[in-house]
Amino acid sequence: MTVNIWTAADVARKVIDNKELFILDVRNADAFADWKIEGHKFNYLNIPYFELLDGVEEILPQIPTDIEILVVCAKEGSSIMVAELLAEAGLEVAYLEGGMKSWSMYIEPVKVGELSGGGELYQFVRLGKGCLSYMAVNEGEAAIIDAVRFTDVFIKFAEEKGVQIKHVFDTHLHADHISGGRHIASQTGAAYYLPSKDAEEVVFDFTPLTDDLTVKLGNSEIEVGALYSPGHTIGSTSFVIDKKYLLTGDILFIDSIGRPDLAGLADDWVRDLRQTLYSRYRSLAEDLIVLPAHFMIIEELNEDGTVGKRLGDLFVENHGLNVEDEEVFRSMVTDNLPPQPNSYEEIRHVNMGKVTPSNEEQTEMEIGPNRCAVR
Amino acid sequence: MVKSDVQLDAKGLACPMPIVKTKKAMNEVAEGQVLEIQATDKGSVADLAAWSKTVGHQYIGSHEENGVFYHYIRKCNPEVNEAVEKTFEHTISNEEALNGKGLILDVREAAEYTFGHIPGAKSIPMGELAERLTELNKDETIYVICRTGTRSDLAAKQLAEEGFNNIYNVLPGMTGYEGELQKEVE
Repeated sequence: MTVNIWTAADVARKVIDNKELFILDVRNADAFADWKIEGHKFNYLNIPYFELLDGVEEILPQIPTDIEILVVCAKEGSSIMVAELLAEAGLEVAYLEGGMKSWSMYIEPVKVGELSGGGELYQFVRLGKGCLSYMAVNEGEAAIIDAVRFTDVFIKFAEEKGVQIKHVFDTHLHADHISGGRHIASQTGAAYYLPSKDAEEVVFDFTPLTDDLTVKLGNSEIEVGALYSPGHTIGSTSFVIDKKYLLTGDILFIDSIGRPDLAGLADDWVRDLRQTLYSRYRSLAEDLIVLPAHFMIIEELNEDGTVGKRLGDLFVENHGLNVEDEEVFRSMVTDNLPPQPNSYEEIRHVNMGKVTPSNEEQTEMEIGPNRCAVR
Repeated sequence: MVKSDVQLDAKGLACPMPIVKTKKAMNEVAEGQVLEIQATDKGSVADLAAWSKTVGHQYIGSHEENGVFYHYIRKCNPEVNEAVEKTFEHTISNEEALNGKGLILDVREAAEYTFGHIPGAKSIPMGELAERLTELNKDETIYVICRTGTRSDLAAKQLAEEGFNNIYNVLPGMTGYEGELQKEVE
């Protein structure tokens, strides 16, 4: 049998189309437990490649013959070796080109919906890392929110749409992934906005993102309006686009809420987080569609591959919005937090412009899940 | 420099080659000896440790120097039970040895000592003991320690036969030691 090669884009299609897949992950057990390719209907077997150096015979009974098989490792070398052994044993298998490294970097643009007057809103789903970025386009102009570091994805997309990037926003100073915001802005001549309260240590120029700041896209005046919503960081700001969509950054997710501790100030920021979630957001229209900057689990994906839900529904279904007692809430978001994201302090320094690591080093820093939420 | 018996150059090789080469190289290493692997692949750090555990070798540690990872693995024979009977009659617990007035003599391989030893312990690997007896005082109290008490048992017997009077085998040995570790590498 031959060995097939799948790209990260091929795997993304399987996730979004709800396909079945059997993943043989040959990384070591710790790496697998920490982070893997998530799909609604994916099954997994984790056997480190170094246990298969003498052959794959022993694991053959554990590998199904009726669904597609993908061998995955960190970079691809070991998955090629194992895939070839499986092919020699008569199985039809594929390996993931570039391994988990390429999975971590892959981005799938998905259309969220129409804006009034012919505009469109796109969500850029980085499946491997759970990062969500946004681009609103209308009448030749675009605004980008929470761009990840692969700037060419956004710039090329804007070119294909024939729009000029005018405004680039970050809802807050990110700690789990490296922002592409200021680089896109400098390459395209757009304005780059960052909340001043998150930017005290930032070493580059930016436009302060203030509460109530509004920009318009095109002549038909699609509004992108800022709403100060602290709690994940002290500067965290949400956006309301076209009175229809609420971009919540890392404050509110579909099945979880933001964590206040990644800048080391959990106790100080709990009150802000509570106020944003239980009072500021409560005063907004319940029909707004919440579009967060992350998803944590694959169940948060909608059928069409987007991540978003009506605010009114989240008030009912999201556990983090239904903790009556303030003390219980405080304890939930400060005491029982998941591990912090990989290299989060270093990543904050990169986003402040204090250090500029090589591409390879940036990839290394971003490996692993994002862990920005409290469930 | 960390001392090792056999060296393997796996620099520039991507996964899975560092482990493929290590597995092969291990065939040439005698039991109890230490293999040094030089690798540039970052993934080698977690994988060599996990592989060693899987096959039953002792992963001693690794350190990085100018982008090269130096790994140290001591070959063990998984067929042989670690809990070999210890026959030297004078034994002492880790705690008593640490609180005692004698010299702690660490008879593990130099690389094992380098990656973490009891502060103040003296290193003489068991294989070098016979030729380095003059470094020790026959009337001093000596607590002989290794990883699990097996090598120190042999070393203690050897010392007693050479006329040392106050020798104790420390049990359970470094595997049961949770105190401060002094390291000779970063």
